Amino acid sequence: MEPRSRSFYVLAAVFGLFLLFLYGPTITIAILSFQGEGGGLTFPMRGTSLYWFRDLFEQQAVGDIWGSFRRSFALGLMVMITTVVVSVMGGLAFRKKFVGSNVLFYLIITSLVIPSILISLGVGLMFSQSGLTVHWATSGFGSQLTWTLPFGLLIMFAVFNRFDKSYEEAARDLGASPWQTLRHVVLPIIAPSLIGVALFGFTLSYDEFARTLLTAGSYNTLPLEIYGMTTNVTSPVLYALGTLTTVFSLVMIGVFLCVTWLATRRKDAKGSDAGSGMV
Amino acid sequence: MGRMRAGTVAWLQAAPMAFVLLVFLVAPIVMITIVSFWQATEFSIIPAFDFDNYEFLFGSSVTYRVFLNTFKYALITWAFTFVIGFTVAYFLAFHVRTLTWQITLFLLCTIPFWTSNIIRMISWIPFLGRNGIANSALISWGVIDEPLEWLLFSDFAVILAFVHLYTLFMVVPIFNTMMRIDKSLIEAARDAGANGAQILWNVIVPLCKPGIMIGSIFVITLVMGDFITVRFMSGSQSANVGRLISNDIALLQYPSAAATAVVLLLTVLIVIAIMLRFVDIRKEL
Repeated sequence: MEPRSRSFYVLAAVFGLFLLFLYGPTITIAILSFQGEGGGLTFPMRGTSLYWFRDLFEQQAVGDIWGSFRRSFALGLMVMITTVVVSVMGGLAFRKKFVGSNVLFYLIITSLVIPSILISLGVGLMFSQSGLTVHWATSGFGSQLTWTLPFGLLIMFAVFNRFDKSYEEAARDLGASPWQTLRHVVLPIIAPSLIGVALFGFTLSYDEFARTLLTAGSYNTLPLEIYGMTTNVTSPVLYALGTLTTVFSLVMIGVFLCVTWLATRRKDAKGSDAGSGMV
Repeated sequence: MGRMRAGTVAWLQAAPMAFVLLVFLVAPIVMITIVSFWQATEFSIIPAFDFDNYEFLFGSSVTYRVFLNTFKYALITWAFTFVIGFTVAYFLAFHVRTLTWQITLFLLCTIPFWTSNIIRMISWIPFLGRNGIANSALISWGVIDEPLEWLLFSDFAVILAFVHLYTLFMVVPIFNTMMRIDKSLIEAARDAGANGAQILWNVIVPLCKPGIMIGSIFVITLVMGDFITVRFMSGSQSANVGRLISNDIALLQYPSAAATAVVLLLTVLIVIAIMLRFVDIRKEL
């Protein structure tokens, strides 16, 4: 191998600084969440303790953190499943030409670039004017889908652009029905990417703030709860909560990545046995 | 399968997505547009058809200042995210040699995207606060005598948070296009006697244009539509269009919020339309 050029080391240093910039603040609040009982929002640490974490588990003076966590988790799962199913269907649809496909595509792009507050305001107004009550599982759910579906569909575009159609043709030649082709050929091949779509669906929903602001109704989701806390909580309990939900997100990301990795490995290991009977 | 059938199947497959977008995207936009012509009293909103909200909006100098400020945030954030994002993507694509390391480092860059934006904003407090790490360090180094007041709750903090939150959106599409550049093109350029800078400027940058465009669209629309970062990081001292809208909402002035929202949406769509002229997104995925 040729030796590293000087620009490599410069760029590597820049990259290192970038990672520090990305993760530094989060690591800082993770450290500060172990702040001693008398400590404040900044360094120095006045001893270390689990005081602020314990505080989280006790009855809260403001809000309902655990309730909001449960709601966010449930909503995340709902959005995740819907995003996967609807995006795969949409991705399959876009492989063919159909009337209105351009309109639908531009709607998807609009959904991606529209300022979130418009969705919040629009859905909120729509529900209130038609006498419906806004609720995180109805209006909140739908509003979040306008953010997760574009990501899901764009991933599906990327997947199907790289998809080798000869597999399907082979299945069809062997007499498989369209449904069998989908079930036994297409879906297994794209399965690892679907986990990626699921990851986007869950995490984007779990952290979504702006689109849920006016559409969640009287029961807050976790990001709304945290936002509420920023205005009236000025103790490291905020950091403890931040650290916990970040750890939770990281665990979820880890799980998704592991599953993807396993699925890819399984696919590669099993591979194709085409031709093995010929020898 | 007949031609008719294939069309019908595609329709059925696209139907759920179309349904969600009609109910939660198109209908809300229509609703906002309608309400933007309504009137508001202190307690309720009344159906009407007049241009009062728009007249007020365009008649106020605040509007122009706030829109200008929004563009300012978008432009500065874009410049920083572009330079940083391009450099990071370039390092990953051309200087990291094995695919495993490329994927690992790329994932390290994208993981924060899947965590909470609000937490990531909060996490700047111990850094930038009056007694924060930055001030303490600068004082102990003897650079300054008094803590800097403009680190947190200022335009500086707003831009910093934007860059922190959104550089990812530049890295990912640019890295994606860079990975698809045929390495032999670069070798050909080198054989033809181009130096590193010339290769970068004449070969890599033009080939990365689609990725740069997609990243730019993301960053610019996210910044232009933001209201929470500006509110939180400026300590409510600066305003952008999103905050104008959210302030009206807080005062229950929905018609005026709706009018501002319509103008914001049109502005964003015009900016996107201009940028989309340079790239076909569907081809680039």
